[in-house]
Amino acid sequence: MKALKVLGGAIALLVAASALVAWLNVRGEGPIDETLPAGAPSAELVQRGAYLARVGNCAACHTARGGDAFAGGKAIATPFGSVFASNLTPDAETGIGRWSADHFWRAMHHGRSRDGRLLYPAFPYPDYTQITREDSDALYAFLRSQPPVRRPNQPHDLRFPYSSQASLAVWRALFFSPGSFEPQPARSAEWNRGAYLVRGLGHCQACHAPRNAFGATRDSLELSGGLIPMRNWYAPSLASAAEAGVQDWTGDDVVRLLKDGTSARGTAMGPMAEVVAGSTRHMSEPDLRAMATFLRELPQHASASIDDSPAVPADVMELGARIYKARCAECHGERGEGGGAASPPLAGHRTVTLPSAANLVKVIVHGGFPATTPGNPRPYGMPPFGQSLGDPEIAAVASFVRRSWGNDAPGVSTFDVSRIR
Amino acid sequence: MNLLASAATGLLALAMLQTATAAAPADTMAQRMKACVACHGQEGRATNQGYFPRIAGKPAGYLYNQLRNFRDGKRQNAVMAYLVDQMSDDYLREIADHFAGLDLPYPPPQTTGAPAATIARGEQLVRQGDAARGIPACSSCHGASMTGVSPAMPGLLGLPRDYLLAQFGAWRSGVRRAAEPDCMGEIARRLSPEDLNAMATWLSAQPVQHAVAKADSLPRPLPMQCGSGLR
Repeated sequence: MKALKVLGGAIALLVAASALVAWLNVRGEGPIDETLPAGAPSAELVQRGAYLARVGNCAACHTARGGDAFAGGKAIATPFGSVFASNLTPDAETGIGRWSADHFWRAMHHGRSRDGRLLYPAFPYPDYTQITREDSDALYAFLRSQPPVRRPNQPHDLRFPYSSQASLAVWRALFFSPGSFEPQPARSAEWNRGAYLVRGLGHCQACHAPRNAFGATRDSLELSGGLIPMRNWYAPSLASAAEAGVQDWTGDDVVRLLKDGTSARGTAMGPMAEVVAGSTRHMSEPDLRAMATFLRELPQHASASIDDSPAVPADVMELGARIYKARCAECHGERGEGGGAASPPLAGHRTVTLPSAANLVKVIVHGGFPATTPGNPRPYGMPPFGQSLGDPEIAAVASFVRRSWGNDAPGVSTFDVSRIR
Repeated sequence: MNLLASAATGLLALAMLQTATAAAPADTMAQRMKACVACHGQEGRATNQGYFPRIAGKPAGYLYNQLRNFRDGKRQNAVMAYLVDQMSDDYLREIADHFAGLDLPYPPPQTTGAPAATIARGEQLVRQGDAARGIPACSSCHGASMTGVSPAMPGLLGLPRDYLLAQFGAWRSGVRRAAEPDCMGEIARRLSPEDLNAMATWLSAQPVQHAVAKADSLPRPLPMQCGSGLR
């Protein structure tokens, strides 16, 4: 009899929990008007939507390499499997041809698809939820003005239990709540515009924030840096002067970095070069200035403290010094002093001394060019050394530059290199 | 006196400027393209060891097409795709022109001591093709000396055998593509693995005289429709 009571209690609890999860997943949603727009939207609205699509960098995921614009198909690798970006062209069968403006708003704001399915947060609706209805409608008008492309969406390739809607519902109940941008009247209009862009469409937090074991960004410390899952680039903290904080930069330097991909204070490489090329270089000067204002006033936090790692063995430092002299010194200088616009100084460079050595290793292994932009149309490139140097050699030269000329960051092990590269 | 003082100050300033910019790299394409020569060899000449193809002196149109193809997913190489991912067409064109304009001697051929039968079969296919199977001679498109034809037909000599074999394989499987009609893909699918081996062996065994430049035109029209060979 007692066992029955316990069982009954457990079932009641389960039903209540399920009801709570279900309610949490649809809270705040209004009724959906399924009517499709009767006429063509104004050219002005479409143009505004096109601009916002750049701000949100929609094409970075929704246009496959060499594929039709916004027709989807690109795989987004996550620790839980691959999510395939969907077709956003107005094709009726395979795209958003049958989506109303309300459907589109529900996806952006609530993270639910036209058919009611819960969307995976690889689509950054935890950030996009902050955008206004007007901006959502402009994006909708722009996407519907694109040529329709018939390309059926590819099913996601996620492992169980991540592949089930039920587990996604639980994730959303725990980590997502629809929100809207709350302007702060005490701050300037420029700051508020910047905050809206950085937190909303810009979805900067999607990379520049730590993630928990379930892949949710932790937003208690805004933009405090995080390792980009699966790519192993570290998106440095924008809240720390030791990482990528711009509190002591001029507004101009921040604008130049976002517009040109390079500035007197630093150059965007790797995933940030992608962001410059696909998004920020297309943004208006006032919007970039607003983002700069917000970022320069971002509250500072201390960086994660560097633990007292054992000193790098002398023979490793010697190997690193030899490799540096042979491969690096020609451009970066004998003492890491750098060489003008082409080769940044390595002495005192934040990318070199970050607590995480990920970006330094990535740059040594893969090299790379900053984005080609009107302000930097013919960039200099860093050679990739992943072909010619083995992991122990890369570890040695990375350790050497992290511990020379006044740099005082922990060394890098061969294991670190093989894990990161 | 004032004049002397200002001259001295000027000299000092100049000296300081020179110290400050001692490490400043040249504002040249060669300096910008350091990333390329890490694999493709000093000035794009490539070592003839291993895999990496020579790019120096290849026709500019060909190099431009390849750079775009890496960027746009028609050729697959993660290192190349990463390097050119955020580049404008204008810059890719300038890079292509830079390497096309380099005129450098070729290293000695890589392949030596290959079986005579393989060499003979390879040379026959390269010079005459196989009409019965619809395979044109390589030389009918890539030039009588096989060193390429402007603007966009690549030379086939001075390339590593591994690279040639990998390209044949990529054409056959569709991993490497060109503008339609994709003539090289079509031809590669008509060739047998034995044919490909013989051709790659012969091509990689040929010495190249430095004086042999790429041709400006072909004496006869192309034997097949080609989407990108002449662009």
